[in-house]
Amino acid sequence: MTMPVDMSTTLGNAWFPHPIFTASGCASSGKELAQFFDLKDIGAVVTKSVMNKPRHGRPTPRMAETPSGMLNSIGLQGPGIDAFLAKDVPWLLEQKARVIVSIAGETIEEYSTLARKLRSVSGISAVEVNISCPNVENRGLVFACDPDASRRVIDGVRKAIGGELPIIAKLSPDVTNLPDIAKGVVDAGADALALINTVLGMVINIDTMKTHLGGKTGGLSGPAIRPIAVRAIYQVHAALPQTPILGMGGVASGRDAFEMILAGASGVSVGTASFGNPSAAIAIQNELRDLLAQRGFATLKDAVGFAHREDAQ
Amino acid sequence: MVAAVMSTINRNSAQLLATLVSNKRVGAYHQLLLNVGDLVKSCKPGNFVAIKVGGDSSKMILRRAFAISRVSDISQYGGTMELIVAPHGSGSKWLCSQVEGTEIDIIAPLGTAFGIPTEPINALLIGGGYGSAPLFGLADVLKSRGCKVDMLLGASVGSKIYAPMEGKRSVNSLKIYTEDGSMGETGRVTESLLEIIAQRNIDVIYSCGPMGMLRAITELVAESDVIHQCAVEESMACGVGICMTCVLPVMNDDGTTSMLRSCIDGPVMDGSVVRWDLVGKVPEAQS
Repeated sequence: MTMPVDMSTTLGNAWFPHPIFTASGCASSGKELAQFFDLKDIGAVVTKSVMNKPRHGRPTPRMAETPSGMLNSIGLQGPGIDAFLAKDVPWLLEQKARVIVSIAGETIEEYSTLARKLRSVSGISAVEVNISCPNVENRGLVFACDPDASRRVIDGVRKAIGGELPIIAKLSPDVTNLPDIAKGVVDAGADALALINTVLGMVINIDTMKTHLGGKTGGLSGPAIRPIAVRAIYQVHAALPQTPILGMGGVASGRDAFEMILAGASGVSVGTASFGNPSAAIAIQNELRDLLAQRGFATLKDAVGFAHREDAQ
Repeated sequence: MVAAVMSTINRNSAQLLATLVSNKRVGAYHQLLLNVGDLVKSCKPGNFVAIKVGGDSSKMILRRAFAISRVSDISQYGGTMELIVAPHGSGSKWLCSQVEGTEIDIIAPLGTAFGIPTEPINALLIGGGYGSAPLFGLADVLKSRGCKVDMLLGASVGSKIYAPMEGKRSVNSLKIYTEDGSMGETGRVTESLLEIIAQRNIDVIYSCGPMGMLRAITELVAESDVIHQCAVEESMACGVGICMTCVLPVMNDDGTTSMLRSCIDGPVMDGSVVRWDLVGKVPEAQS
């Protein structure tokens, strides 16, 4: 008989009874997955990144399956922050789900505007700042790939949102020195980091002999990118051991989630796996609990970053 | 402006392991029968199923969507669901290679269904390629409501026409077109469509097939009172409404256009509200 494992976790000052989350953009705003499991049984629903205005997104085709992965090019289609706050958030709170709202912008000012609108919303657990968007004020350079722009976005959000609500900065792996960018956003006021966003990719259709996706490039997700995510989490945890990390990138089983916890993640998001199996988040959470118990961990927190112990000796 | 329409997933859908009880080759296609038990009661013509392919260690991580061609609760196996599958890509080839007795991971029923009239009407069912499959189940339902049901089927070649013997019994007439003339008349289903509509006083067209065919039918009937319900096809990653990849531009009541998910707001849509000219484009760029 194994002892029950305390699976609770924290990201900044937000406490969650469970360590598995949805990944933004892979759960819409939660309603659809509620058909397959009770949303309050996971750590939190991280909603699809929302922008200030309604948005159509990119043309189809928007996806291509690749070996052990997929490319997506959605272009942040969404209802805009006002409709989202009026409809989606109240519904999620009614379900007793914990909610992390993910925001995205095209300018530093747009992120601040979104943060100001979130400030007065009660019941949300944290805000995820998705900085993997093109900065229209700087030749479309993705914020997350520019250390200075990354810092300025988070600084603007911190000032607009006040001191209470934890900020989770979601970073791109498509950079040369990820720990440096991580340090920058933490200095600017991020309480936690979400690692990793999708990896930029492309598929060319050999029949049309053109790029397959309407948006030409897309974000690669799924098990194909998991080792990149584990490496990113490990490196950033080594550089910033006090900063909680929400790990993600190709997690499809409890074993995969456990690997990210060992690398330094305090919680794990399930994204693309939900496309293949809408109840994946719950299955992964149960498998993770069993694995922690089998390895003798009384709490999930004891396992966070456990793979680093050799380095510390 | 994007309308904040909140659609929801088919409330009857469930994820389960279904036993493959029969797998037969029919022309260019495979006819698969899955034992789904009581789930047949909630499956309607037009609904689809999302199937996990490739086994547990597969590099194929996404489900494949297939139209449910018909369901039966009186077969020797209990409640069964019939699928007509073209072994075209690696996922459908895997599915067609499965032996009877295999457990298949399915989510069904998904999506919208063809609207069934409350009064007897004159219906014309139009299928392209294996898109004809769900129309035979629909024909049964329409017939049982006293509707007059005519059918047009088209394909590039005769081997791609799916028209089972028992299916032919549920329609008043069946006309076949092939582009190479190897079966039926040479040409496309749209060839004499307006004449057929006029001759038979067609009230509603139900269609399933390639997007080009659905668009052509919509344009032909645009000036008439004929209602066109079509089952669209757009590549999907999830089938349950969370990935936002299968969107189509659809006209709202106020004339604006929304990108709606064909897995949730479809696959059956009113052909006259789909902005066929904008498929594969972004509405904002056009306005």
